[in-house]
Amino acid sequence: MGGYFSDIFNGSKSLLIGMGITFREFFKPVVTVQYPYQTIKMSDRFRGHIELIADEEGKPKCVACGMCERACPSGCISLNSISVETEVDGKVKKKKVLSKYDLDFTKCSLCGQCVENCNFGAIEFSKEYNLASSNKEDFHFNLLKRLEERNV
Amino acid sequence: MSLTVLNVIVAVVIAIGFAALNAAYLVWAERRGAARIQRRPGPNINGPFGLLQPPLDGIKLMTKQIMIPGGADKILFMVAPVLAMAPAIMSFVTIPFSENIVAHNMDIGVLMIFAFASMGALAVLFAGWGSRNKYAVMASVRAVSQNISYEIPMLITAITVVMITGSMDLKTITSAQAGGFWHWNIFPSLHSPLMPLSFILFFICSLAETNRAPFDLGEAESELVAGFHTEYGSMGFGLFFMGEYANIVIGASLTTILFLGGWDCPFGLFPGVWWFLLKIYLLIATFIWIRWTFPRTTIYGLLNLSWKILIPLSLFNLLLTAGLLKVF
Repeated sequence: MGGYFSDIFNGSKSLLIGMGITFREFFKPVVTVQYPYQTIKMSDRFRGHIELIADEEGKPKCVACGMCERACPSGCISLNSISVETEVDGKVKKKKVLSKYDLDFTKCSLCGQCVENCNFGAIEFSKEYNLASSNKEDFHFNLLKRLEERNV
Repeated sequence: MSLTVLNVIVAVVIAIGFAALNAAYLVWAERRGAARIQRRPGPNINGPFGLLQPPLDGIKLMTKQIMIPGGADKILFMVAPVLAMAPAIMSFVTIPFSENIVAHNMDIGVLMIFAFASMGALAVLFAGWGSRNKYAVMASVRAVSQNISYEIPMLITAITVVMITGSMDLKTITSAQAGGFWHWNIFPSLHSPLMPLSFILFFICSLAETNRAPFDLGEAESELVAGFHTEYGSMGFGLFFMGEYANIVIGASLTTILFLGGWDCPFGLFPGVWWFLLKIYLLIATFIWIRWTFPRTTIYGLLNLSWKILIPLSLFNLLLTAGLLKVF
């Protein structure tokens, strides 16, 4: 019988302590990020889709060697180059210039082999994570065009 | 004659309006309150402070198709949501909001409200049985056993109050508590020293009667999908939801009338409907606060609480009050 009343007493006490906790929490500030209006900074090692890096002139650093294309296990990357003749110090030099850099992000597994294999530091992971679409074509990125758009 | 009919129609329209408005905005208050306790902002996009959320939810629910599962008992399935909402609205008719604001005062108001409240269990049973769903049947069995167990201590506690006042008329019960908070039934008097205890008993029972957390075993969304209203979509679900909140308002009003002096002001200033509304909304805020604090009990814990603690305590309180009323 003594246990009966002490159970009721202790039970009620613990309920009141619980209510005290929620009462205090009620008046504390909000801790969640209000997503569409606020975003958090992605960490340094976050892997989005890849993006070309520009040099000082805004041109891609890429020399079109094709190492990333060969390294990619999923075959997401396809790039092309054209030869452009330029005059440097009176001599005509042939130079490969990137003409197309397409990424098929639907196949990408974000392994990072392309970034690892790039000897010129020309590609990086973007911090883009708002990628949602019902259209497959939206994930076929033309990275050259994206770079131009970023330069503007 | 025609004036009486008009009176009834106006009263019912006001009761439906009040119930619907409360149901809609208590959902908003509940969601905001829950969010604050969990340190989120809650619905705040539609309109200022998210105040347009309830009407938009209502439009969404009303434009949805009513789906009746195959093999369901169609009549019971369609009757259940109406039966959940209608008794709650009927109970509003006899609740005195203030000295003059009452649709129809009855000599047996307490009895009438309890009679209508017990129909809520029937709605849950019909919904569970009619929708031909295992989870729904299980939930309705639980809810009915819960309702039966908690009606007993609730009624015994109400009888204690009725004995002290000597009336079942809600208006008389309120008037008997007029003139300052020390006259309220919640405070111990010579006749009934255990009144604060009966207030707590009554409050716990009204939580359980409205199937609210921590006693929401009829719904139990983590175990039984959505309990008795698993198969309901569109406004069928909406009516269950509104019925639940209307029942909360009824429970809070009844607690206010029986224990907190109804429209009486605690220190004798301007008694009126505002004090009544203030009291019921404070009680409803406590309902919401409790819901978002405690986890759901088990069915055994729930029934043990009623049969081993609430019923003996309320019976003891009844006998003590009866004895003291005889002595003094």
